[in-house]
Amino acid sequence: MSRIKNLFERKSARVLNVYCTAGYPELDSTLQVMKSLQQNGADIIELGMPYSDPLADGPVIQASGGKALANGMTIAKLFEQLKNFRNEINVAVVLMGYMNPILQYGFENFCRDASTVGIDGLILPDLPEHEFETEYGSIIKKYGLDFIFLVTPETSEARVIKLDSLSTGFLYAVSSSSITGKDKDFSGVETYLQRLQNMRLKNPILVGFGIKDKHTFESACKYANGAIIGTAFIKALENRSDIEEATKQFFESILK
Amino acid sequence: MINRKISLNKGTYKQPNIFGYYGNFGGAYIPEMLHRNVEELKDRYIDIMYEESFQKEFHALLKDYVGRPSPLYLTERLSAQYKTKIFLKREDLNHTGAHKINNAIGQVLLAQRLGKKRIIAETGAGQHGVATATVCALKGIECVVYMGVKDIERQAPNVARMKMLGATVVPAMSGSQTLKDATNEAIRDWINNPVDTHYVIGSVVGPHPYPDMVARFQSVISEEMKSQLKEQTGNELPTKIIACVGGGSNAAGAFYHFLDDLNVELIAVEAAGLGVDTGHSAATTKLGKPGVLHGSKSLVMQTEDGQVVEPHSISAGLDYPGIGPLHAHLFESGRAKFLSATDDEAVQAAFELTKLEGIIPALESAHALAALKQIHFKQNDVTVLCLSGRGDKDLSTYMKRME
Repeated sequence: MSRIKNLFERKSARVLNVYCTAGYPELDSTLQVMKSLQQNGADIIELGMPYSDPLADGPVIQASGGKALANGMTIAKLFEQLKNFRNEINVAVVLMGYMNPILQYGFENFCRDASTVGIDGLILPDLPEHEFETEYGSIIKKYGLDFIFLVTPETSEARVIKLDSLSTGFLYAVSSSSITGKDKDFSGVETYLQRLQNMRLKNPILVGFGIKDKHTFESACKYANGAIIGTAFIKALENRSDIEEATKQFFESILK
Repeated sequence: MINRKISLNKGTYKQPNIFGYYGNFGGAYIPEMLHRNVEELKDRYIDIMYEESFQKEFHALLKDYVGRPSPLYLTERLSAQYKTKIFLKREDLNHTGAHKINNAIGQVLLAQRLGKKRIIAETGAGQHGVATATVCALKGIECVVYMGVKDIERQAPNVARMKMLGATVVPAMSGSQTLKDATNEAIRDWINNPVDTHYVIGSVVGPHPYPDMVARFQSVISEEMKSQLKEQTGNELPTKIIACVGGGSNAAGAFYHFLDDLNVELIAVEAAGLGVDTGHSAATTKLGKPGVLHGSKSLVMQTEDGQVVEPHSISAGLDYPGIGPLHAHLFESGRAKFLSATDDEAVQAAFELTKLEGIIPALESAHALAALKQIHFKQNDVTVLCLSGRGDKDLSTYMKRME
């Protein structure tokens, strides 16, 4: 059974997925950040692969990616860093990134290497479902990786059902049609999450975008299986030399 | 005749298949947050564009507001210089000074029919931004133009024009702070405003249906060329067509109605910058590899690790690390020939045209002119060169070169 599936069998509420950027804040801090996320109670780690043109990300995550690229981060380097990470980390880990760097690495090589080091799934926001179905989905499956599609409040019901059927692991519910890290009123989101809940989808649902504190985390957990936090965690790491302490304080602000 | 149908299978030179592919290039590689907007456009653009009332308004504006048809001018001294017949398609005489206005009018009229209240655009040199701001002023619609911080510094007169036209110019501060990042910022704005906003992309790039839609709006260039050639030479088909290519909108417009006439030689000219192998170039077909940028699969200039690189050209309008998927297909299939001209060659060609014909071309168009030296002409060849824009905006560059 996949690590993600296993997680949701054990725990179906308040699942916390935290995003971090590979190679940020330092080139070699990737594992350290992942370890402290696990220690503090992250259920899933979403590891972002930096890209020069990250369309779906807001300024904070893009800047962290820019720093990571300046630090020298590449996909090849990341797999090197992750070579033995399963000796120390047992929570589910998904890679998030954009198509272009993966195509250069070679899509099949990428899936093979991700699977070999022990990655559980992929989130590739600019891989469309048509290309997934005709070209890439079978490769992802071949290497036993889960693939997580995004849905938004603008996604039609029929399309939600389609994307849910193509996804494995969980479904990523974008809390509103916006880029990551944007401040927003969370009240309108509940209706949308309720709508998703009532659709009785095959996958668990994690809510992302705009989750930044205890209040927004609790709201998301009311109607979904958990939430994804990105920008707020990257902000918490900014200008901090002590990653463990910064992570600990961040989890306190969300969970306590 | 304009073909309204979208092919189900492979796509032709002229139009992509239903998934937006020209051969191996195109598609819509967009995050789900853009899906509804792009889907709405995809479902409706063909129907709206060919509605009678749309066509009537579009063509009336092209005629009376832009000043179309743009002349097809047979050069005398330039032709003599190259011992052949060279016509210039005078897009430089359009209102706002370039071909960009054709597409801006088309898309703003389309946005109105989609019920959109707000227009956003990206711009590099500012020509597309000025064209879009102009049409928004004409129609009384809110206009926001994203422009890289570096380009805002380099292109002050066009920034002033956009502001005078009532547009808000938003500096794109992310990444390399030029056209590619202005495009990213405009796309993010669209993600954040999914209901009331239309994004007017300025070239034949972006997710399907943009490349096809922009090509169709610009195809008025080749439509006019056909009838003007028939009138002036007795034959609607030229021997060669030459156009510069950044993203590729004027080339797409100039080639469009000749794409299936395989005897017409199509020549696209990219910006070589300081030289193709200098690391300061924008010659995408020479330096790019297949990849995904701004929502479509095409040729993209990038590092070995797939990070998009910042190109260089003296011409801000050609300073783009990608190329439209139609052009990538024309390149891969061999249907068009791709040449390149350096910064210096383009400047020299601009001075040559000015001296011989009394026409100061835009730096972009000067790249097409520079290619004349690389092409073998027969005396009886009929060549049309698309003079995509005028050189007023480039005077400070030209003045520096005169010193």
